[in-house]
Amino acid sequence: MKTRKLFSSRTGVVLALAILLQACATPPTPYDYSAFKQARPASLLVLPPLNDSPEVNATAGVWAQSVRPLAEGGYYVFPITLVAETFRQNGLDNAADIQEVSPQKLHEFFGADAAVYIRVIDYGTTYKVLSSDTRVAVEGKIIDLRSGQLLWQGQAAASSAEQQQNQGGLIGVLVAAVIKQISDTVTDAAFNYAAIADYRLLGAAQPNGVLTGPRSPHSQQAK
Amino acid sequence: MKLIAQATRGAIGIALASLLAGCATPPPKPLYAWENFPRLQYETLVPAETTPDEQITQLQLQAERAAVAGEALPPGFRAHLGMLYLSAGNQAEASNLWRAEKVAFPESALYMDKLLNRLGAPDTKQVKQ
Repeated sequence: MKTRKLFSSRTGVVLALAILLQACATPPTPYDYSAFKQARPASLLVLPPLNDSPEVNATAGVWAQSVRPLAEGGYYVFPITLVAETFRQNGLDNAADIQEVSPQKLHEFFGADAAVYIRVIDYGTTYKVLSSDTRVAVEGKIIDLRSGQLLWQGQAAASSAEQQQNQGGLIGVLVAAVIKQISDTVTDAAFNYAAIADYRLLGAAQPNGVLTGPRSPHSQQAK
Repeated sequence: MKLIAQATRGAIGIALASLLAGCATPPPKPLYAWENFPRLQYETLVPAETTPDEQITQLQLQAERAAVAGEALPPGFRAHLGMLYLSAGNQAEASNLWRAEKVAFPESALYMDKLLNRLGAPDTKQVKQ
């Protein structure tokens, strides 16, 4: 009797462990990283994001927040403000025209290994009778500028409607900024949610996310 | 027996705790000192939020704090600051900073050289031994 009882409780523990492990690490379907791993990009040119939202500052907000997750992921990220200036001096003022420039031209001019193409789906705050909801949704892809090949694509969102829990690391800092801002103003709420959405889209160690680059101590690119 | 059972329970507790912690602990220290840099880039892209002079002051202080703390400045930091100096009319400081970007991040060399050439101050090529 006693041994059987012991056995069953151990089974319970094993099951609990299995469930926990699964909760930690269930990727939807494993992403095919073969092209990414073969290309091994070291430098990324983030192009100004296309904007499907009615908010005029969405392109700037999502663009400015895209640099940190990629750089912390181990990539050199080209200076977006200078890049914007360079495009402007070449007569390219809007994101749609810039995202049409051929990969070869971008590679020749900037010397970037790959470019990041982002589209903003949602950006801003909607006001309801009793509450407001701030939401940022983005999708992105990385294209190798040397071959024109698609290396990765994904999508992510962040919203004030979701439960913001205690989280460590960079995402914890980003969430803290959102919580702090509640006591400040609501005007720039979307800019802070853009940080979270961009981190979920482009940050390292996201399920099916961007692989870490050569400047990361945890680089996932084969040496 | 009781002791063993207790020890096992303890071990399971620790295992569970470390598993849970494993879920929520990403890499300990960031690679770069970001501070307000993302925000300042945004304010440059959305005109008339801050003037170049205000940003230069903020970024210089950030660079000093990072140097004291022994932290690295993010990619694009020096390039961005150089652009601000250029818009404030300080061409010499702009080219210094773009060269510094190239030294810190050789990935930027081709682009920085293009910008330096446009400034009319071709980069003095340093011959490597």
